[in-house]
Amino acid sequence: MWAYWQSVPAHWREIPARYRLEGGRCMDCGYIMLPKEDICPVCGSKNIETVILPRKGKVLNYTVVWNALRGYEYYTPYVLAIIELEDGSRIMAQLTDISPSEAKKGMEVEMVLRKTKVSGESGIIAYSYKFRPVIR
Amino acid sequence: MKANRKVGIVGWGVYVPKWRVRSEELAREWGRDWNRYAAGIMVQEKSVPGIDEDAFTIAYESSINALKRAHIEASKLRAVYVGTESKPYAVKTTATMLIEALGAGGERRLTTGADYEFACKAGTEAIQAVIGLIGSNMIDYGLAVGADTAQGAPGDALEYTAAAGGSAYILGPAADSVAVIKASLSHVTDTPDFWRRQHEHYPAHTRAFTGGPAYFKHIMTAAKELMNFIGTKPEDYDYAVFHQPNGKYPLRVGTRLGFTPDKVKPGLITPYIGNTYSGSALVGLSAVLDQAKPGQRILVVSFGSGAGSDAFHIEVNDGIEEVQNLAPKTLNYVNRKEYVDYTTYARYRRMIRMLHDFSSY
Repeated sequence: MWAYWQSVPAHWREIPARYRLEGGRCMDCGYIMLPKEDICPVCGSKNIETVILPRKGKVLNYTVVWNALRGYEYYTPYVLAIIELEDGSRIMAQLTDISPSEAKKGMEVEMVLRKTKVSGESGIIAYSYKFRPVIR
Repeated sequence: MKANRKVGIVGWGVYVPKWRVRSEELAREWGRDWNRYAAGIMVQEKSVPGIDEDAFTIAYESSINALKRAHIEASKLRAVYVGTESKPYAVKTTATMLIEALGAGGERRLTTGADYEFACKAGTEAIQAVIGLIGSNMIDYGLAVGADTAQGAPGDALEYTAAAGGSAYILGPAADSVAVIKASLSHVTDTPDFWRRQHEHYPAHTRAFTGGPAYFKHIMTAAKELMNFIGTKPEDYDYAVFHQPNGKYPLRVGTRLGFTPDKVKPGLITPYIGNTYSGSALVGLSAVLDQAKPGQRILVVSFGSGAGSDAFHIEVNDGIEEVQNLAPKTLNYVNRKEYVDYTTYARYRRMIRMLHDFSSY
């Protein structure tokens, strides 16, 4: 059976961001990044602190993906959204537990952890943040 | 068994996927009339894991809910045990991922972590282990989870009940708890009523043999021995929660032990979501804790095929009502649902393969 592989170290390096929304904030210009980087992509400062981004936000805009990149085909059609988190930072993520027709701008969503990419039958399972409508 | 230091439940949380398939739909797919089976199984519909869900994602969300009620930082957890028979990896511990996702053990991750397997009682086995660690003063707080995306072969009787869901319990010193586990007891024998061999996708079972010598014998022995040990009778309890492989067995075992159905029904969730295996009795306990009042007593008895039972005597503390609404309740998840047909069910459960599974085009 055909199976593609993903880079294990690349996934492993991003686990703090993917599992816990652990990012960085530039202490000089305030730019928030996910994942945390050593150098601020906006002002070049190396003065970066670790921050955990809020788990809730709202959908600013979205698109429906029918033809996905390799490794994501099984989940199609899925909704890819730009979400404004409670602290004002913006993140691009999949919406889950939702059919494309249910997606709406302004929809309140919360972070969940889900499978994002499964490397065939024998490779690693990559988990990452996705967002779904808030459970009340 | 009683711990040297008293141990209690500091927080609990539950998670059930939103997708459901009706038993009628499952029967229709195989040309059967559901009405012939309905009274024997007493499960109208079951939960189905989403295409991106597995036992880890279920354990994660139930643990997040438990943390919301526990009022402690995840960094204080020094034991994280996941009971499941649907491990995402055959070899790679689910608990490692859960520890990392929650941030258990602090920044240096100083915590024990392991997966437990004992068919449907793996979650309560994990609770027994955490009680031991806290009760012996080795740690202060630990997390035990029972979570499964249970397997039932297409067309098998298990397909009507094998569901997805889980429940997480943060245990700690009794003084910090909302419910004290006063005593526990385990009973285990070699009774081959249900198993899954290495590399097999679906379990095998012995039909009626899973009842008398397995489910009923172990639950009744554990329940009676525990009540003898602490000197209680069925009428001393406000709730009784049993492992629930279907909707019928828990009511029947309750009656045989002397519990009236009104004490069993509040924790009987399987008729609405199916059997969540390692989560089964623990989801039932969560439903009871969601509505329990201070001073009430709960008997919980799990059952795992193979076979064995864990029994717990729990007394609810003051303060439980203050935490009940801090996370979604069991019934919130039970009532949050969307139905899928058999094809979608088969796709979500990866029972069918798609083009890209075979080809890169």
